[in-house]
Amino acid sequence: MTAVEVSGLGYTYPDGTVALQGVDLTVAHGERVAVLGPNGAGKTTLMLHLNGLIQAQVGRVAIEGTEVDDQSVRAIRHRVGLVFQDPDDQLFMPSVRDDVAFGPANAGLSPDEVARRVEGALGLVGMADVADRPPHHLSLGQRRRVAIATVLAMDPAVLVLDEPSSNLDPAARREVADTLLGLNRTTVMVTHDLPYALQLCPRSVILSAGRIVADGPTADILVDSDLLAQHRLELPHGFDPASVSGR
Amino acid sequence: MGDRPGGHVPGEFLHLPGHSPVHRLPAHVKIVAAFLTIVVIVLTPPTPAWVFMAYTVVVVGVVALSGIGPATVLRRMRVEIPFVAFAVLLPFVGQGQRIPIGPLELSEPGLLAAWNILAKATLTLLVSVTLASTTSATDLVAGLQRLRVPDLLVQIVSAMVRYVHVVSQEWSRMSRARAARGFTARGPRSWWVLGQSVGTLFIRSYERGERVHLAMVSRGYSGRLPVLTTTTAGPAEWARALTVPVVIGVISLIPLIAAAGTFAGGAS
Repeated sequence: MTAVEVSGLGYTYPDGTVALQGVDLTVAHGERVAVLGPNGAGKTTLMLHLNGLIQAQVGRVAIEGTEVDDQSVRAIRHRVGLVFQDPDDQLFMPSVRDDVAFGPANAGLSPDEVARRVEGALGLVGMADVADRPPHHLSLGQRRRVAIATVLAMDPAVLVLDEPSSNLDPAARREVADTLLGLNRTTVMVTHDLPYALQLCPRSVILSAGRIVADGPTADILVDSDLLAQHRLELPHGFDPASVSGR
Repeated sequence: MGDRPGGHVPGEFLHLPGHSPVHRLPAHVKIVAAFLTIVVIVLTPPTPAWVFMAYTVVVVGVVALSGIGPATVLRRMRVEIPFVAFAVLLPFVGQGQRIPIGPLELSEPGLLAAWNILAKATLTLLVSVTLASTTSATDLVAGLQRLRVPDLLVQIVSAMVRYVHVVSQEWSRMSRARAARGFTARGPRSWWVLGQSVGTLFIRSYERGERVHLAMVSRGYSGRLPVLTTTTAGPAEWARALTVPVVIGVISLIPLIAAAGTFAGGAS
């Protein structure tokens, strides 16, 4: 069974902006896939479809074989964990512990089980010692790892991350990468940070102007400089993907 | 960005962590005790003065028990200054019989009203300062939730506690960006710029609100915050906290009982 199956997905915003047109994307269980694309390519719109925050106007989205619709959407939200780009959007409760508990508590789990999930999730991202701090007392890197914990606590089948490396200093960037590599879970990572995609995701797709225009091993995609240039993607100066071993 | 952990944090700055008996009481118990105390103080008739002296002894006793330094308390009482200024005016502008005090002729009802405002404002503020200094903002929100305050209000307070810092930082970044390009707020000509900044801040906050809502919905939010606090209070804690409003209440009744005694047979 595939973890994520998107077929023929199209979406037009109420103001007429076409965000997605005919997107096909299949992600197998345990796979880590990077969705690459310039700003405005429709990456975030695609991400919001994956747990039903936006529902398909055209085409379909299915998670573990269940189509996302009005009936399934609540269950789907517990199967797909969305980590937003700005942790200040994601962490809205007054303390880290309460925030991580929010999802499991909404799922109606018992207080003991919720507490166990919170400890487990914070442990996975190495943030157990900040459980009782308010989110705004943490550094951005710490907040991003806590944001990842808030969805891990829901034990989702699929983890979807929006630009997990943005605005992080190199050490925090590496810590978030280590966290993600240690999770061993189906992951869809939306980014335009190409070295990060190479480090974390064996497979990448390029989303450009609402369409998937390339799909293949990340290492192969990143050496195709013409393809990257056509879609406003660029490697950092001096970065040679051939000299780096991906994972 | 709020990238330095442990910095000065608006929204939390009133709370002084500690282990005093006042700190240790559960938040919802403290909220109830403080609220009742304030209600009794506000409902007390302005005379006789000794009642307020007795209240002061009780309230100052609680402050002392909480271990908050007198300097801190006085600094926090400064928010009362505008009310003090208003109260000081009353004896001069008040109507009614005027009595000579030194070189001045002051209105007697004005003096009484001024005393009433000053005494009640000071005492109730002292109670509020003690509550805010011994309880973290997080615990206050949890306490309100525990007391079954309508969920929507709790969510609004909770969001404010969480985001006041984010929004105020956004404002200070905007101020810095203005100043960096040579703007100084001087005179009515700058109002237009400041107005634009406030408008921008509002729109940014509104958009953030939409993103926060998406993040909440994506984790199964359906209109209610889950109850996550398990803090409970035993009879001993309730008894300890309610001692304050009960003592204050008894003191407030003494003049009434005395008056009833004077008009023996009449009062019920």
